[in-house]
Amino acid sequence: MAFVTANWNPLGEAFYRKIELYEMGWNLKDGLRECLVAAAPYGGPIALLKEPQRRSPSVRPQLEIYSSSGVAMASFPWKSGVVKQLGWTVCDDLLCIQEDGTVLIYDLFGNFKRHFSMGNEVGQSQVVEAKVFHSPYGTGVAIVTGASRFTLATNIDDLKLRRLPEVPGLQGAPTCWAVLTQDRQSKVLVATGADLFILDYTSPPGLSPQATSIVHMCVSFSYKYLALFTDSGHLWMGTANLKEKLSEVETKVRNPPKQMAWCRRPKSQQPSVVIMWDGHILVAGECKNTISYHLEGVSILVPELDGVRIINGTHHELLQEVPASCEEIFKIASMAPGALLLEAHKEYEKESQKADEYLREIKEQNLLGEAVKQCVEAAGHELEAETQKTLLRAASFGKCFLSNFPPEPFVSMCRDLRVLNAVRDYTVGIPLTHTQFKQMTVQVLIDRLVYRKLYPLAIEICRYLKTPEYQGVSRVLKHWACCKVQQKEEADEVIARAISLKLGEAAGISYSEIATKAYECGRTELAIKLLEFEPRSGEQVPLLLKMKRSQLALSKAIESGDTDLVYTVVTYLKNEMNRGDFFMTLRNQPVALSLYRQAQIGHLQSAVDEYNKAKNEFAAKATEEEMRLLRFQKKLEEEKGESLVGFSLHDTIRTLLAVGLHKHAEQLYKDFRVPDKRYWWLKLTALAEKEDWEEIEKFAKSKKSPIGYLPFVEICVKHHNKYEAKKYVSRVTPEQKVKAHLAVGDLEGAADAAIERRNDGEISTVLSRCSPSTDRALVERLNRAKATAAKK
Amino acid sequence: MAAHLSYGRVNLNILREAARKELREFLDKCAGSKAIVWDEYLTGPFGLIAQYSLLKEHEVEKMFTLKGGRVPPADVKNIIFFVRPRLELMDIIAENLQPPREFHILFVPRRSLLCEQRLKEQGVLNSFTNIDEYILDLIPYDGDLLSMESESAFRECYLENDQTSLYHTAKGLMTLQALYGTIPQIFGKGECARHVANMMLRMKREFAGSQNQILPVFDTLLLLDRNVDLLTPLATQLTYEGLIDEIYGITNGYVKLPPEKFAQKKPGEGGKDLPTEPKKLQLNSAEELYAEIRDKNFNAVGAALSKKAKIISAAFEERHNAKTVGEIKQFVSQLPHMQAARNSLANHTSIAELIKDITTSEVFFDNLTVEQEFMTGVDTDKVNTYIEDCISRKDPLIKILRLVCMQSVCNNGLKQKVLDHYKREILQTYGYEHILTLNNLEKVGLLKPQTTTRNNYPTIRKTLKLWMEDANEQNPNDISYVYSGYAPLSVRLTQLLARPGWRSIEEVLKMLPGPHFEERQQLPTGLHKKRQQGENRTTLVFFLGGVTYAEIAALRFLSQMEDGGTEYVIATTKLINGTSWIKSLMDRPEPF
Repeated sequence: MAFVTANWNPLGEAFYRKIELYEMGWNLKDGLRECLVAAAPYGGPIALLKEPQRRSPSVRPQLEIYSSSGVAMASFPWKSGVVKQLGWTVCDDLLCIQEDGTVLIYDLFGNFKRHFSMGNEVGQSQVVEAKVFHSPYGTGVAIVTGASRFTLATNIDDLKLRRLPEVPGLQGAPTCWAVLTQDRQSKVLVATGADLFILDYTSPPGLSPQATSIVHMCVSFSYKYLALFTDSGHLWMGTANLKEKLSEVETKVRNPPKQMAWCRRPKSQQPSVVIMWDGHILVAGECKNTISYHLEGVSILVPELDGVRIINGTHHELLQEVPASCEEIFKIASMAPGALLLEAHKEYEKESQKADEYLREIKEQNLLGEAVKQCVEAAGHELEAETQKTLLRAASFGKCFLSNFPPEPFVSMCRDLRVLNAVRDYTVGIPLTHTQFKQMTVQVLIDRLVYRKLYPLAIEICRYLKTPEYQGVSRVLKHWACCKVQQKEEADEVIARAISLKLGEAAGISYSEIATKAYECGRTELAIKLLEFEPRSGEQVPLLLKMKRSQLALSKAIESGDTDLVYTVVTYLKNEMNRGDFFMTLRNQPVALSLYRQAQIGHLQSAVDEYNKAKNEFAAKATEEEMRLLRFQKKLEEEKGESLVGFSLHDTIRTLLAVGLHKHAEQLYKDFRVPDKRYWWLKLTALAEKEDWEEIEKFAKSKKSPIGYLPFVEICVKHHNKYEAKKYVSRVTPEQKVKAHLAVGDLEGAADAAIERRNDGEISTVLSRCSPSTDRALVERLNRAKATAAKK
Repeated sequence: MAAHLSYGRVNLNILREAARKELREFLDKCAGSKAIVWDEYLTGPFGLIAQYSLLKEHEVEKMFTLKGGRVPPADVKNIIFFVRPRLELMDIIAENLQPPREFHILFVPRRSLLCEQRLKEQGVLNSFTNIDEYILDLIPYDGDLLSMESESAFRECYLENDQTSLYHTAKGLMTLQALYGTIPQIFGKGECARHVANMMLRMKREFAGSQNQILPVFDTLLLLDRNVDLLTPLATQLTYEGLIDEIYGITNGYVKLPPEKFAQKKPGEGGKDLPTEPKKLQLNSAEELYAEIRDKNFNAVGAALSKKAKIISAAFEERHNAKTVGEIKQFVSQLPHMQAARNSLANHTSIAELIKDITTSEVFFDNLTVEQEFMTGVDTDKVNTYIEDCISRKDPLIKILRLVCMQSVCNNGLKQKVLDHYKREILQTYGYEHILTLNNLEKVGLLKPQTTTRNNYPTIRKTLKLWMEDANEQNPNDISYVYSGYAPLSVRLTQLLARPGWRSIEEVLKMLPGPHFEERQQLPTGLHKKRQQGENRTTLVFFLGGVTYAEIAALRFLSQMEDGGTEYVIATTKLINGTSWIKSLMDRPEPF
């Protein structure tokens, strides 16, 4: 604890420290000599390819994959072509870029996934150099060929090759180059001599005039900054858009470096770059001084968001600028509030009264909150569990004297650190810093653990951090299950049971994904078993169809209620099956059948209707009748020239009456057994329309009207013939008499009828029709009758 | 503009805003100037979501109606088709295409493989830059009313066995729950209700894990099949709004009225020329007066209007009392509001006059008398002479069908002889082609031969108190006021569910078609509502297959009852009345 600052080195205003992360678990005979090495950022895995250039049929180079702590994860002999470059994707897949432009992709455990090519034209000229880079759009690959042509793919999962324009005046290979991601575009930055090319010819502002050639360059993790190393030994640092120079340092070393990396944390105090040569590295910043470290054996630099990792044959270290909060607290003789709080807590543990003095000093300046914050933050940046604990205890101590300090930062830091310490453990080997962890998010960390098949740890972390099930535990379990179905030695039954047991009620599990995986491994029966657990029919159906379980697919589609999905299956069935089977299948599924019918609008519908009608006795009879009518209409049309076809029976009779073909009308009336009442209405209306009053009168007298005589009155009135109307008033039944009288406008008659019937309602109706011009005596008579009717 | 949607118990404007956002996003996907080609049917429902101004903001410069032939010339970059997923429309679209322009299709409410297949057959599928769907299931219609505006839902579900609209219903309810929280209790009655509930529960399982963290706004969802209560829509609605719909038809919140009564009488012009275009009015609760009278029994509307008239003229009289400058200023500031109120009063007085002419006619009275006889169970087993007379006079067919169906429903089916007689009369009078329609009505159960001698309608009527002798039209104390005596069965079921619960009417529920059920949806801990004392419960009642304005009025009446304890929000596949409903079931609809 006392030696926290022992490994600190000053550089300008800031300090830098180099911390050992791991003693490497691997046992490499020649260290990293003659090895192609690729270490993924964010404490990712390391890939080694030994002696890639030595190609003889007898000795094949070995490709090895290790965790950051050097624990072996895979190893296999390399059987393909000459590898120029190794690199890792954002999903922890290994990219092996070959001389011929082929890129092979392997997973963490050395299983081949797929391959793609960086273009045909690479073939003859061969890849000279390649770089793997990361951007918000995924993982990209850039290559330069022997013909000095650059080809770039921004995202290997959505491969679009871009051949970049030729660099003017470039003789032979460029001295150095880097990939930039700017304005949503990936560009290559090439140096020839002292000039840089992006798309335009440009030279960095204020580059030392002694320089005649840029020999090495590197771009920062965020693509914001660029560092150039010149043959004159100058290191130029500036913004990646080449608009601004940040500093230039003379290193006094003129050899081209082996590797360079930005060593800059977010909110850093100064820009700094780590430069590596054989045997030593240099940290250069804004000031003239540099920090130099000796290196053991061949090493590689792995740039990170907030520092640089250095890996050699035996050790794995982290070089970073000391974070501000750590500096404040641990700097010798620091009087920062955090430092005082740490001191106070130390004294408190010793049960010394000095604790109070220190505390008082902080409180007097009103900085206790700040002090706690510093301690919490610093704890996050420390890798030693003991140091973390000391700092957190101090913070917790300080918190006791604050009344309303928010608890969240402290609590979440404790949680984060537990998780980080767990994954930093040697056996897991992911040396993440807190800054990286926050940038990377828990989600991605869980993914990485899952890729490493560290399912129990991943689940523990999800539960510990209370990640929603859907994004946490369920996802891990799904990956576990996908892995499980690939275990060929176990029986379908066993696997299905194991999966359902473990996944049980876990929410939001996509069983169809697991089933798809099983199907891909050729385990159809297992896939079907697993699909049974899938709650989303929509997800079940496509896979079932793929597996040729069309019957099952159809019933699942129907279950979902999504008719469009049903139709998908029906279309599929129609193309796959012969007609007979197709209809047999549909017959058992009425929903599908009706949908199919709907799709075939018209044709089948009418056929089915025919069928329905045939079954229905009434309909059959009605059809017969209709045909009889049609024959009659046709015959009459021919004989009399009256257009009748298409009319209903009612309209036919009406037309016949209108044109005076009473006999024919009468015949229809009898043949079709038209009810008397309707026939009377019909004839009456037709005659009234013709205003054939004579015929009406004859009709009324022909026999007793089945519809009574009120309609006669009303229809005459309707055709403005009150005179005719009055003829029928007397024949109206007593109940309707008042109405009839009123219809013809005979108020007195109506009054008489109403009074005679002593009907309260009717008397009122008549009264309501009386106007001021009505005979007063009549009104009085009505009122009197009303009174007596009411009494009754 | 849509403020009235947010006044209710549940702020339905959230739903509208969500729909608008999605529309804007789609329009922005098609960069540059655009013309929209509309499936005419959609313009009405879309009007409830977005006016032309919104479209204009997103560079929509022209609008056309989808019809055969080529798209009319328009100087725009994009042509967007807004269509329902119907096969026949796909053929028309194929005809319309004419490069060089960018074409897009927006399917409402869902894209369909069937249609894409058809476009492929026509060889035009690849001509489209975007094929997208606009999920417009439940459209906010008023402050307490949601409609899917799906005219054919009833026909599809009960006649054609096509349950697509139920799927949309379930999806719509899921969307609603995403915005307003999981509904903890689901009740239902009927086959379709059961189906929708099943799909909802299934869909919930599918989304399991992504738990909804919104505090539930609705306490209960009640799903009701229209075929549980076939009677109510057949009866003539007697509320103000119901009558407007019965007589003039309200479509997508608008009504078209004969113009004569609305002629502006300005001094000097003296009725020079009467307007000939029908008067189009928007009807919703944004209009204060309308909100007040829409749900009243029509017989109580006159009194309400004259009371309002007095208040308004008194308000105008106030100006004489305004003495100081301040008072005058205050009066003037209220003028626009008062003038709007006066216009509104004038409009509704005119509408009420129009309706009164009809409701006082003998035809209307006779029809209503027969309806009420049926509903009270008078002579429902015999051939009805009034219906016969109507057929003899060849009254509009739909009127006849409404009455015959009503008789059949009130008698739990007609004797074969009676049924055949009616059918023969109808076919002979209106034409043989209507056999298809009669067939349809039989299929959905509106017409049926009596299978058992036992008619259970009287039992249902008595147990549920469907007929109230002393319905008070002016100051109602029971929902039966909306039909002047008949209490809509569907609403009675809703009322009894809230209190005392369905267990008390198990026997009757068994007589009605389809299963009744109850489901509970688990809420995440912490979202259980702590009810304040006296705080009302909120129930969403979903009518599968349509709802009438009178039923809505009855539910609003229940919401407002002081000791009711429950407030209702209503959702439906479509707002219907007996006429539009029967029409949707006819195979050769004729204009009425």
